[in-house]
Amino acid sequence: MRRLVFLLPVLIVALLVAAFWRGLDPNRDPSALPSALVGKAAPAVDLPGLADGAPRLQLAAFKGKLVAINFFASWCVPCRAEHPYLKQVGAELGVPVIGIAWKDKTEASRAFLAELGDPYAATGADENGRTGIDFGITGVPETFLVDGAGIVRYRLAGPVTPETLKGELAPAIAEARK
Amino acid sequence: MRRVLAVLAVLWLGLAPALAEEAQLADPKLEQRARDLSREIRCVVCQSQSVADSDADIARELRVLIREQIAAGKSDQDIRDYLVARYGDFVLFDPPFKASTYALWIGPFAVLVLAGLVVVLFFRRRAQEPARARALDPDEQGRVERLLREDGTEGGT
Repeated sequence: MRRLVFLLPVLIVALLVAAFWRGLDPNRDPSALPSALVGKAAPAVDLPGLADGAPRLQLAAFKGKLVAINFFASWCVPCRAEHPYLKQVGAELGVPVIGIAWKDKTEASRAFLAELGDPYAATGADENGRTGIDFGITGVPETFLVDGAGIVRYRLAGPVTPETLKGELAPAIAEARK
Repeated sequence: MRRVLAVLAVLWLGLAPALAEEAQLADPKLEQRARDLSREIRCVVCQSQSVADSDADIARELRVLIREQIAAGKSDQDIRDYLVARYGDFVLFDPPFKASTYALWIGPFAVLVLAGLVVVLFFRRRAQEPARARALDPDEQGRVERLLREDGTEGGT
């Protein structure tokens, strides 16, 4: 028993090493929050269409299909950065992307898509930001995966990049398809 | 003195909560409720600030939302539930006591009790130390005397 006391410092150092290892992991974002919505039914989406004369955007219309919902805004710089990779979600991973312009003037969002191209299967304008809050977003861009049953399967807080596309979105899509 | 006051005033302006510039509720009682409530809701972007103190977009949006819901006759608890459903317990500065937050609530006290236990054991043992001192046996006594003698002769030369 007395001998075991001498193992105590070793144990404490091991715990500290484990804690520091986790803390120093460059891929870990200490302020990342788990989404309260993952595993639950997606909030209803019923927004005016973004394009001129477009019908209303309704999530219910996509029932039975795995879709990605991407919140963006013309004033958001990371949204500009992620834009080219959103096309890949549709083209390479085969998941239609619904774009929701969050707290953005409709004209500005239209100009944004006219300039950079429109990677979205459908778009809606969430001018007062309430749909975004229903999804519990903390800012833009954020991307959610909603499966055919209308359950939120995954949330990416931050831009779609080649890294998050391969390392996060693709596996999450594969998982949601199971 | 005046200069000091001026500096303080400028600093104070910087600190004044962002609330002031927004549309407020007409009823001062409801407005007070909105302000109190926004002080206990955490801003999800700037996580150590409440939405009352934060200038982030989302915080502003949540303040507006809190006012709207209060104006619509919702209770404080209704609004808390609404936000928790979307952002999780994290959004409350005063999270509920339940299985997933036990570590959060009990952890600090557990560490304190553990540390207290270690301190008590440490001092107890120290107090017992003299009791365990014993007389030297003949062998040891002989060594001590030899050493003392050697020391004495060395010191002499």
